[in-house]
Amino acid sequence: MHRNDFVRQLNNPGGDRRPSRVLHLDIPLLLLLLALCGIGLTVLYSASGQSIFYVKRQASFMLAGLLAMLIMAQFKPRFWERGSILIYIAGLLSLVAVLYFGVGAKGAQRWLDFGFTRFQPSELMKIAVPMMVSAYLSRRHLPPQFKHVFIATVATLLPVFLVARQPDLGTSLIIFASGFFAIFLAGLGKRYLVATVLSALAAIPTLWFYVLLDYQKQRVLTLLNPGEDKLGAGWNIIQSTTAIGSGGWSGKGWTQGTQSQLNFLPESHTDFIIAVLAEEFGLIGVLSLLLVYLLLIGRCMMIALNAQTQFSRLVAGTLSLTFFVYIFVNMGMVSGILPVVGAPLPFISYGGSAIVTLFSGFGILMAISTEQKRI
Amino acid sequence: MMHNGAFSDPERERKLFARRLFVGTLLTLLLSLVLGLRYFDLQISRYEDFATQSNNNRVLVRPLPPPRGLIYDRSGQLIADNRPSYNLTIVPERSENVEQLLSELGKLITISERDIQSFRKKLTRRRPFEQTTLHVNLSEAERAILAVNGHRLDGAETSARLIRHYPHRDLYAHVVGYVGRINERESQTIETVKYSGTDSIGKVGLEKFYEKQLLGTVGSEQVETNARGRAMRILQQTPALPGDNLTLYLDTDLQRAAFDAFKGERGALVAIEVETGGILAMVSTPSYDPNLFVTGISQKNYDSLLYSKDRPLFDRAIRGQYPPGSTIKPLFGLIALQHNIVTPNYQINDNGYFYFEGIDRPWRDHNFARGGHGDGVNLSKAIIESCNIYFYGLGIKTGIDLLSNYGSQFGLGAKTGIDMPGERPGIMPNRAWKKGAHGQSWFNGDTINTSIGQGFMLTTPLQLAVMSARIASRGDVRAPRLVKSINGIEQTATQVATNIDIDTKHWDYMHQAMQDVVHSRRGTARSINVELDYKIAGKTGTAQAISIDAEDKYDSSKLNKNQWDHALFVAFAPAKDPKIAIGLIVENGEHGGSSAAPIARAVFDAYMASQESATLATK
Repeated sequence: MHRNDFVRQLNNPGGDRRPSRVLHLDIPLLLLLLALCGIGLTVLYSASGQSIFYVKRQASFMLAGLLAMLIMAQFKPRFWERGSILIYIAGLLSLVAVLYFGVGAKGAQRWLDFGFTRFQPSELMKIAVPMMVSAYLSRRHLPPQFKHVFIATVATLLPVFLVARQPDLGTSLIIFASGFFAIFLAGLGKRYLVATVLSALAAIPTLWFYVLLDYQKQRVLTLLNPGEDKLGAGWNIIQSTTAIGSGGWSGKGWTQGTQSQLNFLPESHTDFIIAVLAEEFGLIGVLSLLLVYLLLIGRCMMIALNAQTQFSRLVAGTLSLTFFVYIFVNMGMVSGILPVVGAPLPFISYGGSAIVTLFSGFGILMAISTEQKRI
Repeated sequence: MMHNGAFSDPERERKLFARRLFVGTLLTLLLSLVLGLRYFDLQISRYEDFATQSNNNRVLVRPLPPPRGLIYDRSGQLIADNRPSYNLTIVPERSENVEQLLSELGKLITISERDIQSFRKKLTRRRPFEQTTLHVNLSEAERAILAVNGHRLDGAETSARLIRHYPHRDLYAHVVGYVGRINERESQTIETVKYSGTDSIGKVGLEKFYEKQLLGTVGSEQVETNARGRAMRILQQTPALPGDNLTLYLDTDLQRAAFDAFKGERGALVAIEVETGGILAMVSTPSYDPNLFVTGISQKNYDSLLYSKDRPLFDRAIRGQYPPGSTIKPLFGLIALQHNIVTPNYQINDNGYFYFEGIDRPWRDHNFARGGHGDGVNLSKAIIESCNIYFYGLGIKTGIDLLSNYGSQFGLGAKTGIDMPGERPGIMPNRAWKKGAHGQSWFNGDTINTSIGQGFMLTTPLQLAVMSARIASRGDVRAPRLVKSINGIEQTATQVATNIDIDTKHWDYMHQAMQDVVHSRRGTARSINVELDYKIAGKTGTAQAISIDAEDKYDSSKLNKNQWDHALFVAFAPAKDPKIAIGLIVENGEHGGSSAAPIARAVFDAYMASQESATLATK
């Protein structure tokens, strides 16, 4: 330990004065994020029926997100480690508040309305849960003992249930995944892993009969037989697979997708936007986007491996794995291999709060990435 | 640095983490491969299929909203129907200059600034080929103006849709209820597909209770679109199935007679067909116009209804709970006869006060201030003149257990099970109820109050009518029903319990006493027997709206009208062969005989007249 620090001191005598260091920016990460934003705005223009209105709004969300990321990056990981319990408790309380005073649309209660602004606590939890679980476990000896795994699991499941009650199954799944990844990365024993998988399987009937609402069950059934429900959820899947499939290798060209332009594709600028990209840019477009995503995740994993503390490691690793879950759930749902849950495609789907949350997460990763050079 | 198993080992932890992250990376790559293969499968292997499908996919599926089921009264008069409503919509793509079109339209008809603002807002989110609503509910004149000027108004269209309409306006407001826009809470519970194309839902009354039947089944049409996505041709249609039509037991003539007889007083009346349990009339006054709610009521109108001190939105017939007062006496008399607690010959001397051992303060007879009803008060006289002192004793001797047990059989203290939402249960008090509600045991004083329908006891006008019908039918227990048939299929009115066990001679006795309430010289409802060519049996009642001490005299001139006693009346006719039974209340109407009974008479008259014309018609 001491020797390592000494070597680092030698290699970095007067501190790094490059602007990226002063601003705590990780340049590869930043470039990949900007690339995603560029792709996102391009596809959104087409998906929204060539609406400058949507593109402008989305661009301003992205600017707000970049700003949030920059601010988050300025705090040391140590700060986030200490503050995570407070953030977590605040998030939990606001989730409870949402159940009683929340506002929302389409039958789900997801927002707290403060008059001047609206706030979605479940978004906060997407970051607060991995931080909280990481902070908790990194203070124990790893691999964690049963007791600690148990407490970490409870800390994860509380917000998962509260969010599922809103109901917002997509977000609650993401939060569950993030808590699970933190425990997994911390070194959850193999026996527990097996037990987790088994109990997850056992939970399926319970979920089906007691937790899932009728419309949610309908979506699962629709996945198995989309032709059944042509006016409802089946319509989305039939249209989105047609849009994707008709794209071929290189697609029909930007703004030339008939499925999306002719309004056959529902939610084309939000959750189903990947179908627009697939229709207009073909498989090449899809794989290119996937590649950019994987490069981004790869960079994040590098940051995780090089992180200085157990907390930083766990948070960075968890956030990068969770980020992949977003992508997998969305692309899987639109292409018809997963049931339809509300899950946006990161940086591509239209929507303000998701973008700000994503950028905030990457802000923490930047804080971790730039920490190692400063010790 | 020293460490054994108990201390943390950063290096080991780091390696463990690296191994786990490696597993995570493998999984990520594996699942990415799954995604890649899925998209490859769709886009390359099955490209031909989907490309063809996409080319043919000039076909949009649109929902066709079903017409809502109609509601008729028993003679086939429409109570709720659907009328076309016309909206002015604009398809921006088809107009060369939307701004010019707006100002052009503004010159022809009045379009509010609010309409234009919300139109502009919607416009930014719509595609150019979609219809965007500018103005709702065009009048006939406005439609004519637009039609004449149609050639100059490219891009503007009038589109029709059906909205609910209640031709009788305030007459049936509380029973039938109304439909309104689906709100956020409702949208959580409804099945979205069933309501695609519909934006309204039953909110109260029958419209809510029979929502499932009235709604109908949504249809769909496949429409071919042009390259810009506008519908050009209908390819295939699955027509919507209209909702079921309801025919009610309600009779508009009776409903009208009852409504008018209240002359604007606050109150409620329920009339029941004795044989079937069908509701012939159900009125709560004052009322309101349900049409206001259909396309969204203005805040101003809503506030004026909501905050009116007469509470027009409140359905007194099933939600108003009042002490039944003396209208309960025939029922309690029947119980006492059946259980041999009193006989027709049993008499008391009534001096106006009732003392109960151990209690110094006497119960006083508020109904009759001139020193009581005197000597020789038997059950019949106690009913005819409404003697409280007699019933205090009768109640004490019968006991609360019997009173409450029979009360329930006659429909008191529980929801009657009518096919309407929001019914209140009232209270038929007994020992268990008092323990639960007040945590106290039952006192004899409570029984004394109950025996004249005061104290804890509460009933709805509907329950009074049900009790009256069960007395009229000599114990036939039927649930009251509003809907007679659905789509012409008769809904069989079922008997919900076995007949109430009371001997024929007791029924005869009580029916005669109730007839004398109206037809004898000293009956409390004798004022309505003028020029009456059939017989009515009834019982008046007065319920205190405020409490009065034993020694104070009730004097209406010293009280505000909203503190006056409520006037009640239960009755059935014809007395010898009862066809129709009524329960009614006039809030702050003071005396059942003078203000409530005449309303019942008006309804009975209307009923007899309709029976007569029906007999004439068959001849």
